[in-house]
Amino acid sequence: MKQLSTKVTSNAHGQDSSYFLGWEEYEKNPYDEIKNPNGIIQMGLAENQLCFDLIETWLARNPDAAGLKKDGQSIFKELALFQDYHGLPEFKKALAEFMEEIRGNRVRFDPSKIVLAAGSTSANETLMFCLAEPGDAFLLPTPYYPGFDRDLKWRTGAEIVPIHCSSSNGFQIKESALQQAYQQAQKLDLKVKGVLVTNPSNPLGTMLTRREINLLVDFISSKNIHLISDEIYSGTVFGFEQFVSVMDVLKDKNLENSEVAKRVHVVYSLSKDLGLPGFRVGAIYSNDEMVVSAATKMSSFGLVSSQTQYLLSALLSDKKFTSKYLDENKKRLKIRQKQLVSGLEAAGVTCLKSNAGLFCWVDMRHLLDTNTFEAELELWKKIVYEVKLNISPGSSCHCTEPGWFRVCFANMSEDTLDLAMKRLKEYVESTDSRRMISKSSHERIKSLRKRTVSNWVFRVSWTDRVPDER
Amino acid sequence: MVSLATEKKQDLNLLSRIASGDGHGENSSYFEGWKAYEENPFHPIDRPDGVIQMGLAENQLCGDLMRKWVIEHPEASICTEQGVNQFSDIAIFQDYHGLPEFRQAVAKFMEKTRNNRVKFDPDRIVMSGGATGAHETVAFCLANPGDGFLVPTPYYPGFDRDLRWRTGVNLVPVTCHSSDGFKITVEALEDAYEKALLSNIPVKGLLMTNPSNPLGTTLDRECLKSLVNFTNEKRIHLIADEIYAATTFGQSEFISVAEVIEEIEDCNRDLIHIVYSLSKDMGLPGFRVGIIYSYNDRVVQIARKMSSFGLVSSQTQRLIAKMLSDEDFVDEFIRESKLRLAARHKELTTGLDGLGIGWLKAEAGLFLWMDLRNLLKTATFDSETELWRVIVHQVKLNVSPGGSFHCHEPGWFRVCFANMDHKTMETALERIRVFTSQLEEETKPVAAAPMMAKKKKKCWQSNLRLSFSDKRRFDDGFFSPHSPVPPSPLVRAQT
Repeated sequence: MKQLSTKVTSNAHGQDSSYFLGWEEYEKNPYDEIKNPNGIIQMGLAENQLCFDLIETWLARNPDAAGLKKDGQSIFKELALFQDYHGLPEFKKALAEFMEEIRGNRVRFDPSKIVLAAGSTSANETLMFCLAEPGDAFLLPTPYYPGFDRDLKWRTGAEIVPIHCSSSNGFQIKESALQQAYQQAQKLDLKVKGVLVTNPSNPLGTMLTRREINLLVDFISSKNIHLISDEIYSGTVFGFEQFVSVMDVLKDKNLENSEVAKRVHVVYSLSKDLGLPGFRVGAIYSNDEMVVSAATKMSSFGLVSSQTQYLLSALLSDKKFTSKYLDENKKRLKIRQKQLVSGLEAAGVTCLKSNAGLFCWVDMRHLLDTNTFEAELELWKKIVYEVKLNISPGSSCHCTEPGWFRVCFANMSEDTLDLAMKRLKEYVESTDSRRMISKSSHERIKSLRKRTVSNWVFRVSWTDRVPDER
Repeated sequence: MVSLATEKKQDLNLLSRIASGDGHGENSSYFEGWKAYEENPFHPIDRPDGVIQMGLAENQLCGDLMRKWVIEHPEASICTEQGVNQFSDIAIFQDYHGLPEFRQAVAKFMEKTRNNRVKFDPDRIVMSGGATGAHETVAFCLANPGDGFLVPTPYYPGFDRDLRWRTGVNLVPVTCHSSDGFKITVEALEDAYEKALLSNIPVKGLLMTNPSNPLGTTLDRECLKSLVNFTNEKRIHLIADEIYAATTFGQSEFISVAEVIEEIEDCNRDLIHIVYSLSKDMGLPGFRVGIIYSYNDRVVQIARKMSSFGLVSSQTQRLIAKMLSDEDFVDEFIRESKLRLAARHKELTTGLDGLGIGWLKAEAGLFLWMDLRNLLKTATFDSETELWRVIVHQVKLNVSPGGSFHCHEPGWFRVCFANMDHKTMETALERIRVFTSQLEEETKPVAAAPMMAKKKKKCWQSNLRLSFSDKRRFDDGFFSPHSPVPPSPLVRAQT
């Protein structure tokens, strides 16, 4: 008899993918400005490390919250005993208001519809358990966050069917792609239970357009399925355009109290916007009371620590703080993103125009030997082992076109980012010269063959060759 | 127009079976008492007639020691002036291996609570969302949907949810009887194992709670060895839920499965797993510190990956690491906790003894296994439920009926004592005293052997003390016409 479950013996946790292997390499040889200046720079981790000073200043000014006190009295005991899966009411209220603030107070979030979870990892898995049977499918636009393969499928038995998006239109979701994905699921005999999108997108760093959200809402309405909008990067929008949430669209279409609205669920977390991934604060927001009820019970498997809830309820209730934080966060992200984009340009590399997120979607197709995923993996290995940058290859995000990479910028200092760009530039320049040489020799061999084949007798000096134009 | 019924059906189809079914177990009587409590919670000043919560196994007796330590050690927090220099490092720390100092401190604490008779390797410590999360993760690792775990009865009702709900795993009860103090016998294990096979349920493991919830008993060395041998022979897993390890007091000694496997030659350790938590021993349920400790490398590896679904907040890991590294504090805490548990336990048992109410002799856990079999009209679970409802709604004590723990025999109730202060305990005992007095007043003696009847009469007379307020309550029709049969002499169950 097999002694361990198939979940253990299979590789469905997805952690053999290159996304995670890059991390492992980084951990063996991590860059440190002083101790290990030749180590690998971590650019594969979507973390927001730019605004800790604001939180630390707030802590210094708020000793009660910092010291788990209320009106000067320690409430440690009360917090230590608090394990109600409904969560601390003041925390859910503060969280709801924070989510509203991020959306310009255009839409309302009802705290009683919030279910807390141990990070968005747990929130997404819980939603799957609530909405899908083993073998049911969710449609996801590619490229998507590699962790979804684990979070949505591993223990739930659900399937993901990709909605193929391409660079030809900036990876936007087309209606034809949506329909195609649905039909593909049916061909595979998979019952489609919903669509899951990440908005702003990981790994693209772009926001869904109003047109795309409308398309999705219409689609789920007609098919009577769910829409999960993972909006964990909603507070990282730094461009001029306003973030449009699925909740905005429901409101604009007057669907807020409709049956469709009950099938729209938002996932949130404080890991990206506030840069607190260690605290494991995730949330599900749903208009369907049965989902809220079931998910609340499931949250027993991953509640948020009460001391963390208390601290954050105080932090997020301070509107002066939240308003300043959101503003400053955007400014700093914008500056850092610009630094990355300029650095890439100097290396002759472009990226998808983005206005959100903690990363850029970088186009390295021109650096591939061939337009294949094998070539992408080869390039990725060189970048990790030779250039010593851990970036994430597009294939790990299920991108359909080889040559795209996700590069993070918000988890390092300016100097480290500079160094990373310098290394990349050096690599690209050396690659260019190598390519010139190899292309020229390749041409020489081609022409030699031509000569021998065609019996022509003329010599061509390789120095006369004109280098390829980029 | 679609009818409401059809709409509801459509609604149900939109959600998974897991979400729309009853697998969460919250429709059981276990939670009805909680609801009654929530609607009318006892407070000595604001709500003196409210329901006293005796259904929650919480350790609240040493909160003062904990609070004092936290106040005296601001550096343990990453938010205070003394600790804020660590804030950003801890806030971004989401490595599912957990903070090394956290794992080391927890391993050390686990050793201390087992009297340092066994060593724990910090690298085998895997985090989870409380013991709740730990159990579910272990089930996901060891069993496929349709497989089964043997569980001795009576057992913690939450297992029905934790081990089965989202995993699709079955629980197969191993029946234990009061006649031998609810011992887990090899015969009962074999019997349950056979029954499972006959029902086409492949048995993957045995889950036991030691010290036991709800019994409060600890397993002796022989019994533990027999469990290890049984599971080894059948090549199934042994999951030892040891979350009450440090709640032993009095003469009772806790022996961990970790100790016993050292004494068994050729023990297959790949089959041994421990579930632990700080919720009971330290009284920190709000902090969600669950631990899986497995001797199986592959299980450690995979459970660690699964821990992404329920990591311990890094803020909490850091606080716990600091606290549990303070060995003087830990030693004092464990010592004091045992003393206070013993005192509160004694208060309750002395009170019950005085009323002739039996209880299972045990010296661990945060609860008592109370014997009210002779208060039942009939030896049925319906009768037990009826009695229970009287206790919850009229006596206003939320105790937990044995049926909710899958006890084989009706009439047993779990009564928690570590989640209340002395005054509340006094009030609870007074209410029980009044209740039993009322019963005696109201009902005729049961026809029994002359010897027994004589004995009983003597017993009840000695306890009869009706105060004026009690009489008034009696006049107000305190008891329904269907009050239970009066008690015959209650002899404390011997183990």
